[in-house]
Formats: sequence, C-alpha cells, structure tokens
Amino acid sequence: MAERKLFKSSKFQEVNAAIKKDGAAIFVDKEGHENLIIDNPYAIRYIHSYAEDSPFFLGLAQGKLLGTKCGPCNYVFATPRGNCQFCGEPTTWVDLPLRGRVHTWTTCHFGGEAFLKETPYNLAMIEFDGANSVLLARLKDCKEEEIYVGMPVEARFNPKPQYSITDVWFVPADTDSPKARRK
Amino acid sequence: MFLGHPNEKPFMKTVNRVTISRPTMTAEKKRDVFSGMPTPSSPKRSGRRVYMVAGGVTKFAKAHPGMDFRLMAKRSFDQARAAVPNLTLNMIDGTRISYFSDHFTRQLKASSMVQDYLGLNPRGSVRIEWGGATGGENIQAAYEAVASGRMDVCVATGFETMSRVPTWKGNEFIALASDTNFDFPLGGFYTGYYALMVQRHIYEYVRRKKFAHITDEREAQRKAIEYGTKVMAMVSVKNHKNALTNPYAQYPKDLNVNDVLSSEMVSYPLTREQICTMSDGAATVILTSEERAKELADDAVLIKGVGCGTDTMRLADRPFGKVILMPHEKASDYADLDYPGVHSFRAGRAAGMEAYGHAGITNPNKELDFIELHDAYSSSEIQTYEDLGLCKYGEGYDFVESGAPFLKGVDYGFPTPKAGMIPVNPSGGLIACGHPVGATGIMQGVFALWQLQGRIGEKFGSPRLQIPHARRGAIHSHAGTGSAVTVTIMESTKQR
Ligand SMILES: [Zn+2]
Repeated sequence: MAERKLFKSSKFQEVNAAIKKDGAAIFVDKEGHENLIIDNPYAIRYIHSYAEDSPFFLGLAQGKLLGTKCGPCNYVFATPRGNCQFCGEPTTWVDLPLRGRVHTWTTCHFGGEAFLKETPYNLAMIEFDGANSVLLARLKDCKEEEIYVGMPVEARFNPKPQYSITDVWFVPADTDSPKARRK
Repeated sequence: MFLGHPNEKPFMKTVNRVTISRPTMTAEKKRDVFSGMPTPSSPKRSGRRVYMVAGGVTKFAKAHPGMDFRLMAKRSFDQARAAVPNLTLNMIDGTRISYFSDHFTRQLKASSMVQDYLGLNPRGSVRIEWGGATGGENIQAAYEAVASGRMDVCVATGFETMSRVPTWKGNEFIALASDTNFDFPLGGFYTGYYALMVQRHIYEYVRRKKFAHITDEREAQRKAIEYGTKVMAMVSVKNHKNALTNPYAQYPKDLNVNDVLSSEMVSYPLTREQICTMSDGAATVILTSEERAKELADDAVLIKGVGCGTDTMRLADRPFGKVILMPHEKASDYADLDYPGVHSFRAGRAAGMEAYGHAGITNPNKELDFIELHDAYSSSEIQTYEDLGLCKYGEGYDFVESGAPFLKGVDYGFPTPKAGMIPVNPSGGLIACGHPVGATGIMQGVFALWQLQGRIGEKFGSPRLQIPHARRGAIHSHAGTGSAVTVTIMESTKQR
C-alpha cells in the first residue's frame, strides 16, 4: 500500500494551514512526539423555537415592540419574559414605545465568526418610558463618536422580517438629523 | 420616564421626555423585589473541615496540539499527586470533573474519559459546568463532597481545549452562553457585553461623580471614558507584569499604560490587552478531610469559607434596586444609585458575603492577604473590587490609583503608594495566564495553595511573586456577564 506523505511541522499555524488543504498533517511537539491532526468540519441545522417569546418576534414583523408586565409586581420588562423574575407569576404582553434612550453602548470591532463581516457595529441597551428594564439592540446610522448615554433613539424595523432580534434596531431620534430621517 | 431609576436625575438638557407616573411600590415590596437576599450566616453550617493538600496545573497555552484533554488533565493530576507522595489511588474516594463547553471538545461526556485516564473508575464522579465559574464551582463541589462526609479524599480536575476551533468561532461558542433569542444574534460576542457593562460603570461613577462639574454631556462622557480606560490599563499592566515570573502563564508581558491603550480596539473601550485569551490547559486540586490532611501533608490549607451567587443570564433583566450592603457601607452612601443595573455584579456581592460570613471575615482588606480574581477583562476586575467590598461602589478607580491591589516591590511604571495592601492577581490572573475555562478556577486554587504554603519560589523558580507571610487568601470565579460567581476563602495552617 502506498503511504500518503503528510506535511510535518512543529509550527501549529503551518499544520493548521496544511490540514485545511490536505485534510491531515503531523504536528511535532516539544517532546518530539508526532501528533496526527485532521480537519474535522461540522455543520448543523438546529430547530430553534421561540416558544413563549414568540409574540415578541412576530410583533417585530408588524413593526411593534412588545414587552411584558407582571401585574402583582407592577413591573414592565422591556426584554419580554413569560414569567416574572421576582415572583414567578405569568406576565402579560404590553406595547412598548418606539422611542427610548441609550442606557449604555459600545462599538464592536470584532464579533463571533458569523458576525465578523458586519463589523464595526454598535450595541446599545435601550431604556423606555414606562418600562422598568432595558432592551439590547443594534444602534445604526451613527458613528462611535456621536453616541452617548442618554441619547434619544427610535426603533426601525426590517421590512423583510428574518424573525430575529435583528429585525429591530435603533437610530438617533433627533428629527433634525437627515441621517435619522432615513428609513 | 424610564422606571428603572427610582431616583433618576436628568441625563441631558436636550432630552425631551414624557413624564408618566411610576408604578407605586411600597418600601416593603421594593425590598422584596430587589434585594430579598437572606443575610449569610455561618452558624447554619456544620460540615466537616476541608483541606486542600495539593495542586497541579499545566502551562496554559494558545494550543497544546500534542495533548488531548485526557492527557492534560492527567498531567495536572500527576503533578498534584507528586506533592503528596503518601496519597495512593486507593485513598481517593472520587472526583469532580469540570469543563465548560462540549463544543470545544466535540466529545460529549469527556469527563468520563478523564475519570478513566486518571485511573479512578469505578469511584463516584460528576461533571461540573457553570460557565466561566466552572472551575470555582468544581472546587466547591469537591468541598461539599468532603464536608458532607461522603468522601475523605476528592480530586477536582478541570480542563478546556479551546485551540481546536478558530479564535472567532471560539468567541461564537462562548457567546452561546448568552440568551440565544435576544442576545447572541446581535454579535455573538462576550467582549461586547462587558464593554456595555463598563461603559455604564464609567457613566455612573466617573461621569456622574468625578466629572459632575462638566455641563456638556458628550464632553463629560468622553473625558470619563478616557479616565476610566487609563485606570483599566493600569490593571492590565499589573497583571501582565506580575506574570513575568509565573512560568505557567500564557502571556507574561512587560507593558506600560500606553501599550495597553494603543493595542487593537476590540469593543470600545476595551482594547486587546485588557481581555483574557482562549487557552488550552488543565488544573487539579486535591481536597481532603482533616484526618487525611494530617496524614498527607504538613502544610495543608484549610478551606475557610465558600460562597456562591447568581444573577440573570440577560444583562437586560438586571433590576435597578438597592445595594446589598456590606458592613463598611451605609444605605445613605448609595442614595442615588440603582443596583445592580448593568454596571455591577450582584452575584459577586452575594458570593463574597456568603464566603466572608462563612469565614468570619468582616474587613476583607485587613483579613485577606491576597485575591486571585477572575479578571476576564480589566474592567471586570475593577467592578469586582467593589462587589467584594475592597472599596465602596464607585471607588474602584481610586482603589487602583491608590496602588492597593498591586504587589509591593514591583515597579509598574507609575506610583503605587499603597502597594501590598491586598495584592490582586499576584499570579497574573486570566489576562496574563490565559483562560481555559474549565481549568481556570482550579488554576486559581493551585496558585493560592502555593502562596499559602510559601512555595511560590519553589514552584515558579523565583520568589518574586511570593506574598510574605500570606496567611489567608480568596479565589474568585465568575461566569458570563456575572450570571454566577463563586468565592472561596483559603487559610494556611502551618506557621511559617
Ligand atoms: Zn412579579
């Protein structure tokens, strides 16, 4: 049987590059041991149910922002949840305003692998009149240096819903800004 | 108005806001909702005394392609065993084995394979997983096995092999430890979450306090961030420089504040040198009853206190209530503070209070000689000083500038007048040592053990990081966005 000639190196990066090309290579460690390394990709189709959070995501598709309210605690969750975190009682759905303010923010120059192509992107936690907790979302149409805590923002919705939290994002609410008027 | 703030102050002159009435909530109700924490008390505990007799750790590295998780765990176990030559395998009653993510191993039930490799079948074991706090939880699970009388000798081993996927895929895996409905799809990026938290921390404590006199909101916030990040960079310099004589550390570096601030921006305002890295590594500690400890070692370290706290997975769910007060604090200190919000770790406060109560500690600065603290980010180290009561909430930046958490006798390139008061991360912490998640909290246990045994010189090949006369230390392990935190207090039993 003809032996397949494998790339061999003590540099892991070289080995990593080689397995992408050839499927296998040998890494020689400090102790001189030869370690066989193979490329082993995997992909899965995961069936993700929004379950009790579903009305929120269906709401985004209709341009609505829904929170939930615990009656006994008189507490409005801007990130909805089916049961109250304080008393455990079921919550009811309520409409949130489409305007709010930046509670805190960042600009990400990296991200998980699936999101690298979207960098840089802004994240902001949004506070709303009438709500007790906040909502995490992308903040668009503004540069890093323009953002501040307390900045008024308003919601925009994806006209072609993907049924993801990214179906809603926020933009500066200053109506004098041409950027913010752009939909 | 945004109802999260019972004492809200106007953010901005320019903000047009609609005032609506806040839900009425009686004082009693508010207390129940926001800080209905039982006060930890030690008399509840009546378990046996538990000792750490030995520890071992592999060097943490970006990749150990020559070792799989079984071999790494075995090497750390062998190193621990070598420290207690009288310990035979027959004396071991069982194990607790930890790793964070099946995605990184792509081998489910990897703990079973470690148990096998250590030669410990058919003894009892269980896998421990609790996000970033996995290692800390593992030590406490082993502690419980011995304290309860179920075991006399319990081995706690943890590992992670994060090099098996590309870095940014690894970041994605880690971010799967955030809500996959609401958080993950926004970027799949933990550094982003910690950046959000520290931005609010800087707003609460720097903009609203130190820079309260500046009227232009944007200017005030920028100045606050500039100041806050400079102080965060000092923490990074400390941890990287401490690690220069820790041979187990992944990234010991001789850096200055400018090096840290000018390193690549990852998630504003966190730069690369302020963030821990992914690693391969394993660590083991051996916990025993008092009787066994006496047989095995003359310098066993007592587990003096354990504490654990939790919080919501989603940052967005964190309430805006009252501070859970420690003895050095008064309610009036925090009249205008909403707690924990997204700026502080309520789980860290709860864990600290439980552990201090258990160990009988009322003033951690006086009664602890050092802390190995879960500094996944320079920012979270500062936030944690406040949670653990090393200073009041809002004083974390001043605490760094005072030099209190720095080692005495090390030149950090800036003044550290109170150096040596309570050194934090003498080993270099996660920022310099690396963070192979399932091993990290156990690594802290190993380094704390060696500190308390006075063996740093022997183990590190240099006495530079040995804290003179270290009698008592704490290890602190922290899971994603502060959703779980453990604090374990350790105390030496041998006069040195
Ligand atoms: Zn409720």
